[in-house]
Amino acid sequence: MDVRSTEPELRSLMVAGLDGDAASHRSLLERLSRQLRAYFKGHLIRINRGPVEAEDLVQEALLAIHTRRHTYDRSQPLTPWVYAIARYKFLDYLRRTKASTSDVPLDLAEEITVHDDSAHVESSLDLERLLAEVPPKARQAIQYVKLDGLSVREAAAKSGMSESAVKVSVHRGLKALATFVNKERRS
Amino acid sequence: MKTDQLIDMLSTNLEPVKRGQVGKTLAWALVVGGAAAFCVMLTTVGLRTEPRDTSHLSFLGLKLLFTLSLIGMGTALLLRLVRPGRDGRRLFNLTLLPFVVIGLAGAAALALERPMEWGRMVLGMNWATCLFCIPLFAVIPFVALIWVLRKGAPTDLKRTGAIAGLVAGALGATAYAFHCGDDSMPFIAIWYGAMVALCAFIGALLGPRLLRW
Repeated sequence: MDVRSTEPELRSLMVAGLDGDAASHRSLLERLSRQLRAYFKGHLIRINRGPVEAEDLVQEALLAIHTRRHTYDRSQPLTPWVYAIARYKFLDYLRRTKASTSDVPLDLAEEITVHDDSAHVESSLDLERLLAEVPPKARQAIQYVKLDGLSVREAAAKSGMSESAVKVSVHRGLKALATFVNKERRS
Repeated sequence: MKTDQLIDMLSTNLEPVKRGQVGKTLAWALVVGGAAAFCVMLTTVGLRTEPRDTSHLSFLGLKLLFTLSLIGMGTALLLRLVRPGRDGRRLFNLTLLPFVVIGLAGAAALALERPMEWGRMVLGMNWATCLFCIPLFAVIPFVALIWVLRKGAPTDLKRTGAIAGLVAGALGATAYAFHCGDDSMPFIAIWYGAMVALCAFIGALLGPRLLRW
């Protein structure tokens, strides 16, 4: 994952996102997803895994980046932070799937030199099914605020919750979602 | 699911993130865990009552110097370990320093005494209580620390667990120091050192299980 050249740009997108700028956050996630895809594809091909698994990992990493973005220290470079998350998720995937690295076809691995990959497939994750596992209150909050695009105030009025309760529910719901993504592929 | 769909969802109605959350929650865990350890000490073995003069305070100071230096270093390390991409390897090795220092001091104290005194100095009066109390007092701090670390994103779970155990053990030892009636360097080196190290070891074993995300 060669993001060194894009570091200053990505970092400013990250900081803007932390301050609540949705457009910057979207742009950050889009760009990181391309880099993560290249990273995971490059690693997975060595253990004979395909693009669907790579997409699963891309999405899991994006969820992790989003729900744990408070652990990013603004005074530090962004690249090592993202890379450490991607690496953690990849090692976790290896542990989970008990994949050994002994069946690595080395010649194939060398073909993967792209650092930016936008040719993506759908992951094996099903949002509807994942959402069904989230506690009802949080699920409803995610549905209103994150999927239907209602404002927090509108969602609060519609669900009878307070605005802060809606915010907390969305946050908890996304974290639960991230956990289920992880569990789903462990089983 | 398409990745674009996920990105759409994550960036819709984005909430700003408050600064300094990680440090604040960790500070809370230390305060709550430390207070809890102290309360458990008060309700089980109680404060030290003998001697009534201040002759033992220098040893209390030594015990606290050992435990508080570990708490300080361990906390600084946890603040790094809980953030992805921050390597705290040098600091990690540095946590061994208090153990080495107190070990040397203990050995020196023994060397200065006649061998017939060694048994008394090492075992003290209550080595078994120390053995039991420090891990016991460390339980609540450990739970509090793990709870906070789970909110972060540690990527080296074994090491993070070990340091959580170390800090919890040191908090337990801090509480125990206010009860402990054994005033000798070898006693502190062996029993305090071993019990805190044991807590770190248990933390390292539990870390990968408890901290996974």
